[in-house]
Amino acid sequence: MSMNVSRREFLKVSAALGGGFALEFSFPAASMALPGAPVQEVNAWIVIHPDDRVVIRIARSEMGQGTYTALAQLVAEELDCDWAKVSAEFASPNEHFRRNRIWGSMSTGGSMGVRSSQDYVRKAGASARAMLVAAAAAQWKVPAAECTVDKGIIAHAASARKLRYGQVAAAAARLAPPQEVKLRDPKDWKIAGKPVHRFDIPDKVRGKPVFATDVALPGMLHASIAQCPVFGGKVKSIDASAAQAMRGVKKIVREENFVAVVADSWWRANEALKKLNIVWDVAGNGDASDVTIAAMLRDGLAQANLPQARNIGDAPAALAAAAKVIEAEYQSPYLNHATPEPQTCTAWLKPEGFLDVWTSTQNAEASMIAAAETAGLPLEKVEVHKMMLGGGFGRRGGPQDFVKQGVAIAKALPGVPVKLMWSREEDMQHGFYRPASLVRMKAGVDAEGKLVAMHTTVACPSILKVLMPEALNKQGIDFTAVRYFSDMPYTVPHQQVDYAMRNGHVPVGFWRAPGQQNAFYRECFIDELALAAGKDPVDYRLALLKAGDKNRLVLEAVAKAAGWGSALPSGVYRGVALADGFGSYTAMVAEVSVSAAGEPVVRRIVVAIDSGHVVNPDTCRAQAESNVVFGLGSILYQENKVKNGRIVEENFNDFRLPQIAEMPKVETVLVPTGGFWGGHGEPAIQPLAPAVCNALFSATGKRIRSLPLSRHDLRRA
Amino acid sequence: MLTLNVNGRKHKVDVEPEMPLLWVLRDHLNLSGTKYGCGIALCGACTVHVDGEPMRSCSLPLSAVVGKAIVTIEGLSQRHLHRVQRAWIEHEVPQCGYCQTGMIMSAAALLAKKPKPTDADIDESMSNLCRCGTYPRVRAAIHALADAPVVGKNS
Repeated sequence: MSMNVSRREFLKVSAALGGGFALEFSFPAASMALPGAPVQEVNAWIVIHPDDRVVIRIARSEMGQGTYTALAQLVAEELDCDWAKVSAEFASPNEHFRRNRIWGSMSTGGSMGVRSSQDYVRKAGASARAMLVAAAAAQWKVPAAECTVDKGIIAHAASARKLRYGQVAAAAARLAPPQEVKLRDPKDWKIAGKPVHRFDIPDKVRGKPVFATDVALPGMLHASIAQCPVFGGKVKSIDASAAQAMRGVKKIVREENFVAVVADSWWRANEALKKLNIVWDVAGNGDASDVTIAAMLRDGLAQANLPQARNIGDAPAALAAAAKVIEAEYQSPYLNHATPEPQTCTAWLKPEGFLDVWTSTQNAEASMIAAAETAGLPLEKVEVHKMMLGGGFGRRGGPQDFVKQGVAIAKALPGVPVKLMWSREEDMQHGFYRPASLVRMKAGVDAEGKLVAMHTTVACPSILKVLMPEALNKQGIDFTAVRYFSDMPYTVPHQQVDYAMRNGHVPVGFWRAPGQQNAFYRECFIDELALAAGKDPVDYRLALLKAGDKNRLVLEAVAKAAGWGSALPSGVYRGVALADGFGSYTAMVAEVSVSAAGEPVVRRIVVAIDSGHVVNPDTCRAQAESNVVFGLGSILYQENKVKNGRIVEENFNDFRLPQIAEMPKVETVLVPTGGFWGGHGEPAIQPLAPAVCNALFSATGKRIRSLPLSRHDLRRA
Repeated sequence: MLTLNVNGRKHKVDVEPEMPLLWVLRDHLNLSGTKYGCGIALCGACTVHVDGEPMRSCSLPLSAVVGKAIVTIEGLSQRHLHRVQRAWIEHEVPQCGYCQTGMIMSAAALLAKKPKPTDADIDESMSNLCRCGTYPRVRAAIHALADAPVVGKNS
């Protein structure tokens, strides 16, 4: 079979990245056990060993969000096996392509890991259960309907016989899967919905080699890389004479847009890299700066006849007729993902023409394609070994830059495994950053103080234009740039949202909850409107939400849990915000204080989330805590500035991460209402910045319209 | 040739005396539980014990640790899991887990010195950076250990 990657296939798979693009995938037709597969493979997802051990194959990636365990819970729930005997393993990406993409999407982003595969993985479990029961019933020559299952033991009560799953797995694997299976009502769940321990934690606390940076192979060499500090630049010339002579250095690899030193340890490679004299061609971007980027965005706001991401009623006319118009501009900087584990890829081009790659990837299919294209090999000659991710946050899905580089370096050293690991400085300066943006909002209020019109203009670089241009809509609108306005739940009769795509030379990418800066703008502006109307911010929002809107439920739940309206300790102030996205409804109350010196302290966060169903409540709470600390750094002090075409920040000294003392108390209220499947990896970050900034307004009387807070003097005026 | 005492065993290594300990552990001794995060002694992913003190191995030249007892996550406990590691499992502390071996080394050192650390002690000693937000669970696990009876040398 030939599996050369076509451009079309590449786009199809690339489209499975990020938010909202799961490909159609049906179960069970595609899931039959592979002819010649080990007899224990009941179907592609489930291997049952003779001693009853159940191994569940996981197609998505694990970066601490818990999907690896949650998906196993869902399969095991329907399989009706003994959870104590369940373990998980990553499905092989090479086998995945050889079996016609049998595991569906391997993309792990957009808080989709569970919600976009829950249906077919549960059906995989239910289907396997039916086959195991059918195999036992056939052996006993009784109707399958007379058999029951408890924790992997099949029983026939009338004849008092029992068989274990491990005893019938081989026979079950030879049966055809049932045409239809009935899934369990979540209210009857015994394994799913419970706070089981995550599978990946024991190895992580032992320091086992689970990450891409931990890969060690016989004869492996190490590479450190330098890319042009100015985005888009190329190598003009290098003087490698000093580096070449350094201890342990094996090779200098020069490509069009990077230079790598390969040595027998990473430190030696990196020390030699510092001694390279590289002259870069900065491709005309050497003058780009925060000033030119700000001007580019402002030019966007000035344009007429922009494509409209939402148009309800007639916002310009309603604004012209309004009794009062309130207007504000908000903005945000570029932000790096700063994954704790820097970008890493080990590649080994073996003499027989097979390429093995080990990497931390949020999309193993995209990694396979990037590796195959770079190596010039068909997909069946490539394997991507999925490692646990030392943080992902959207960095490791779309671009696959580190995989292309790793394979290019390995091509220069055929037969030798080479581990490319970026230095922190390289990682800080060569990200795919959260877009900088500038937004203008105009609200029209009628004579009774009622909000009648809202006209928003968004100037923002497009993530999709960089990473998945085929996903732009017909008007050329990037939904990630306009969300929270284009899908605003507030019942404003006249709404217009204009989008000015302004792409600078800084690469942009999916940064945890892409587009979330718009939630900051919108929810702070709503507070501005509530204040102008003399209304309580919770009451003001409730009045703008339709009856039955699930946003109401989470807002009411969080107000109750946080004691909204109750007395606070002296010097502590509250703020509220809501934002639905990533399939879930989320509302938050933040409590802050500000020292006399103007230092903000976020003390307590209460968040209510309705994700429809909850597969592992402990993991969901952990994700809320994660979103709070991840967002907190971007609120307090993180930004990536641009000067002379390059990112200014170099490491965690000038791109700070919050420390334990800065972590607020986080109280997570899970209010699943059933009937839909929402995510947890991103929802809680969406309302964080506006809840905090609304609280800071209460504390200081200062309206924060740009982040981070380190730009502002927060001493009370 | 330099001789290092790592996890109770002597290792002869033929490397530059200025090479930071981290890279000797990771690339020469294949002890990859100690992580690289920043290389400038900020994030703490590279934390090991040197004569019982938590140190950032990314910025510690080899010459400074010759003759000292170095303990990494792999050697924190000789046979069973260290009680900090057990508490980390019980409290589901790690998320991505990349910073957690360093976090565990810092917590073990803190508890060895102060069996019942206060919140202020934790704030001061646990300077490891975590991007995933495990801080509330780190704090809860340390407090739980402070309240738990200590059994045996390594438990």
